[in-house]
Amino acid sequence: MNPFEYQRVSSTEEAIRHIGAPIGTHGAKFLGGGTNLIDLMKLDVECPSVLVDITRLELTKVEPTANGGLMVGALVRNSNLANDPHVIEKYPLLSQALLSGASPQLRNMATTGGNLLQRTRCYYFTDTAFPACNKRVPGSGCAAIQGFNRIHAILGQTDHGPTSGESCIATNPSDMNVALTALGATIHVQSAHGKRSIPIADFHRLPGSTPQLDTNLKPGELITAVELPVSRFAKNSWYLKVRDRQSYAFALVSVAIGLEMDGNTILSAGMALGGVAHKPWRSLEAEQELAGAPATRQSIEKAADLALEGAKGYEHNVFKIQLAKQSIMRALTLAARGTTAGREA
Amino acid sequence: MPITALNPGQQKASGIASDGAKPAPKQLAMRYDARAKVTGTAKYAGEFRAPTDAVYAFVVQSTIPSGSIASIDQAAATKSSGVLAVITPFNAPKLPPANPQPPARRHITVLQEREIFYNGQPVAVVVARSLPEAIQAASLLRITYRQTAAKLRFRERLGEARPPKFPGREPAAQTRGDLAAAMSKGTVRVEQTYTTPYQHHNPMEPHATLAWWEGGKLNVYDSTQYIAGDCMTIARTLGIPTDNVHLECPYTGGGFGCKGSTWSHVILAAMAAKVVGKPVKLTLERPQMWGPVGGRPTTVQQIKLAATQDGKITGVQHDVIVHTSLMEDFLEPSADQTRMLYASEACATSHKMVDMNLGVATFMRAPGESTGTAALETAMDELALALKMDPVQLRLTNYAEKDPGSDKPWSSKHLRECYEQAGERFGWSKRNPQPASMREGNKLIGWGMATATYPANRSAAQALVRILTNGHAFVGCGSQDLGTGTYTIMAQTAGDTLGIDPRLVEAKLGDSTLPKAPASGGSQSAASICPAISAAAMQAKLKVAQLAINDPESPLHGAIVADISASDGRLFLSSSPGSSDSYADILSRNGGKPVEALGSTEPGEDSTAMSTHSFGAVFAEVAVDAETYMVEVRRIVATYDIGTLINDTTGINQLEGGIVWGVGFALHEESHLDETYGRYVNANLAEYHVPVNADIGKLDVTVLNIPDIKFNPLGARGIGEIGITGTAAAVGNAIFHATGKRIRNFPITLDKLMNA
Ligand SMILES: Cc1cc2nc3c(=O)[nH]c(=O)nc-3n(C[C@H](O)[C@H](O)[C@H](O)COP(=O)(O)OP(=O)(O)OC[C@H]3O[C@@H](n4cnc5c(N)ncnc54)[C@H](O)[C@@H]3O)c2cc1C
Ligand code: SF4
Repeated sequence: MNPFEYQRVSSTEEAIRHIGAPIGTHGAKFLGGGTNLIDLMKLDVECPSVLVDITRLELTKVEPTANGGLMVGALVRNSNLANDPHVIEKYPLLSQALLSGASPQLRNMATTGGNLLQRTRCYYFTDTAFPACNKRVPGSGCAAIQGFNRIHAILGQTDHGPTSGESCIATNPSDMNVALTALGATIHVQSAHGKRSIPIADFHRLPGSTPQLDTNLKPGELITAVELPVSRFAKNSWYLKVRDRQSYAFALVSVAIGLEMDGNTILSAGMALGGVAHKPWRSLEAEQELAGAPATRQSIEKAADLALEGAKGYEHNVFKIQLAKQSIMRALTLAARGTTAGREA
Repeated sequence: MPITALNPGQQKASGIASDGAKPAPKQLAMRYDARAKVTGTAKYAGEFRAPTDAVYAFVVQSTIPSGSIASIDQAAATKSSGVLAVITPFNAPKLPPANPQPPARRHITVLQEREIFYNGQPVAVVVARSLPEAIQAASLLRITYRQTAAKLRFRERLGEARPPKFPGREPAAQTRGDLAAAMSKGTVRVEQTYTTPYQHHNPMEPHATLAWWEGGKLNVYDSTQYIAGDCMTIARTLGIPTDNVHLECPYTGGGFGCKGSTWSHVILAAMAAKVVGKPVKLTLERPQMWGPVGGRPTTVQQIKLAATQDGKITGVQHDVIVHTSLMEDFLEPSADQTRMLYASEACATSHKMVDMNLGVATFMRAPGESTGTAALETAMDELALALKMDPVQLRLTNYAEKDPGSDKPWSSKHLRECYEQAGERFGWSKRNPQPASMREGNKLIGWGMATATYPANRSAAQALVRILTNGHAFVGCGSQDLGTGTYTIMAQTAGDTLGIDPRLVEAKLGDSTLPKAPASGGSQSAASICPAISAAAMQAKLKVAQLAINDPESPLHGAIVADISASDGRLFLSSSPGSSDSYADILSRNGGKPVEALGSTEPGEDSTAMSTHSFGAVFAEVAVDAETYMVEVRRIVATYDIGTLINDTTGINQLEGGIVWGVGFALHEESHLDETYGRYVNANLAEYHVPVNADIGKLDVTVLNIPDIKFNPLGARGIGEIGITGTAAAVGNAIFHATGKRIRNFPITLDKLMNA
């Protein structure tokens, strides 16, 4: 671990001032729960020269908004968010996704902002002894393409071969992000240049030709809150997480589904996949297909096929294509049956 | 988790002259070290302090799998904050040439060579004031290598397999009977290949060493499973007399085999302490558990079974190929149990190995039987299916009344009762043999079973027992407690033999100055040290009895030894229990000094004239999701024949721990090797999956508790490893029964089920 300076700040303004100060080669980083950042610092993957501890900021509230949505402070801990009465009642999808992640101890530490920005679990990214990883060392290549790639992407990846400086087949590992995408959340950020809001669909990015960038957040920007729109899916939603053990494992594939239903007809749908791409994977085609369709096996299967169009697997992860299809169909079926019914199933 | 132990837990007085079958020991109900563990006062090697402040060492590892070190530029590291020394193969103190004698027949790399045998090999040690400073300086070392082609693709190299260079405990290859003839008699055949992955032990406490020198004497706190062996290896490797090494390890935070040998870091800590002239603390980081401290070899096992229509097995062939390192041969003897588990006309087994650029492999819980039963017991399930026979019935049909491999009688075997008892508790008779015949909504339900087995081992051991003037007692033995319960059974055995409440017995272990005990490995500790403790306690008791007999003031004056028994801290006459005298009174009237005795025992006739094994039957119920193929183990029911259960709490816990590991073996555990770079990619506890609580359903573990007094006077065989055996196959067989899909490559992950 590199030596670093530690700053504890007590206001948003102070936080922004410190993050912007001209500092060492690796710059400054905000410290939330530290469950991802500190691990990566110990591994020499992240080497900030300044840590700006934001955990004393008062961004810890979950409050209904004037237009009927919900405003979640960036420092709300994952366990508090999952158990918040508003979230349980109006956004059970989010609660379910959060509770499927990590362990109780980690969720007690992890913050909303930190979870949004948690980095990939790609093995070649987290072990500096591997020479090739474009995300860690831009231009060095991508060892995962010919390596052990069971947890890697099947959609939206950049693959120009293992030696290309643009290749990256990593996935975003978060469960929360998948639910937030299906729910259509907005991320509020603030920097020395002012405030802005980013729809979650534009927040995380595909690797494109710059896999070192996970998101469209600009240097120096602090996440202050996550806003959820008016709840539409409380009655019919489901988060399905498929993993290698019953708990405490990242998703191989996950599916977040929210449906607005009228009888057996789907009026509208929000759907996102986790564990399959560099960002939570949203398929507008699939959502459109579902809108107005009856909740039958046929329309569900069609939506699943549309969501996975163009999927490409690798030596160890090709199973994800079939798994994702079956998982989408299962999650859609459960969501259509109803949030509570699904839990009893 | 409801747990049942069938132990009468009788409490009887122990007669001095009694021999033969002993009554069940009076148990220490609470673990001896429970309070120390839960209050945090139990100290582990890395938590001790030396007489003067220790400095910290960090092991730097190679990042290539094969070649040699060309140069190490240590300028920046040496100048880095807090650094006291940077030790490399270019400046390390020269050690005497490696001595290949046991127990040191490990090849460890301690900066004496520049060759690189595997990715992760120690190539330097940085010593600094603090651990963060040492780690930081380590990252500043500039190491260049001359890389050569590495052997990393095991499956592609099977053709190069060769016999091991050294014979193991058993010969690597063995044939009994006329295999070809026997095979041709069988009309129903199974011929399949099974594989098991690379695995790495990860006890909660990673390896840790604190070392400091006082002149030519070395003091060490080391997390070990084998105090005496560790001392000897350290001494030989450093070229000093064994008596010059004082080693302590009062608690070992789990071992599972990886702490049974002395690895590089122990020697490097001692070397660093010499170089800087200060105490040095060296603890391994979690990722360093993958490579330099052993692991379970990957195996490919080909099994052929032939049987007649009535289910009688005529021929068995089990051929095993494992990987080994380029430094040293270590054999995972996966076919050993195949030689003894079932009766057959002929049986041929063999083991071969493939050289790989990987760290040395080693013992890992039930080396051989864990991987071997995973394959053999799956093959048995396949045979039962082919025969349309109940899997339990198939095993009963081929029940071995004596050891078919050695042709010797069993010291004691009650496997039949295990099948019966576990089967009944499970409800096996209600099983529909048809695969994929049970369904609950989206879940496919399956029931499977397997046989468990592990040899009963025993070694020479010594122990000291002292009766104190206040009527309490002390027992000392240079053994180890891995969390397994050694303290508990030491206090219990001494107390039981002395007739003193075990709660009044102080137990001490984990110190090289104590009487010597064998390694805590091979499930032998209890079976080895308890007889020694018992013998020592018997002697001590006799000495006090003699004092009483000679003491005119004692109610026991003039009694004959054979008539004297002990209970509740008192000696009394069996013929007239009213005549009694307490240890405390006898000692205070007779010099007021404690009385002690040394006990020394070794395996007797048992090791040669009989075959000594533990057995068990494991039944599993799984629920497999019909679309995602996630597997849930709902319950495991197992009954074991392990001789006397010495202590319910510690014993049943050992069996359960083994079963949990068996579930992990079946479903989760695998070190994934990158076959280009030779590094394990999931070298951390987030990504190296072992079962979590949610993966373990109900456990119902029982033991028959039938003493095996031919094996040792206590009748107890070891229980540390048998739990893992059979379990993986039972779970796999249940998955087959649920889905009709047979996965022969462990672990059985959902992708394999989906593609099958
Ligand atoms: C063993 C293990 C298992 C896990 N399993 C799962 C799982 O199953 N599912 C899952 O979803 N997650 C899992 N996680 C990941 C966990 O959810 C994340 O580590 C956590 O959400 C990160 O939050 P944090 O507050 O600790 O972030 P930190 O580690 O503090 O920060 C992460 C990043 O976010 C930045 N940051 C933090 N807050 C802000 C802010 N307000 N504005 C701008 N930047 C900010 C930091 O600078 C840093 O770059 C697991 C983690 C571990 C260690
Ligand atoms: S997939 Fe991305 S993160 Fe992983 S090695 Fe390739 S470039 Fe690095």
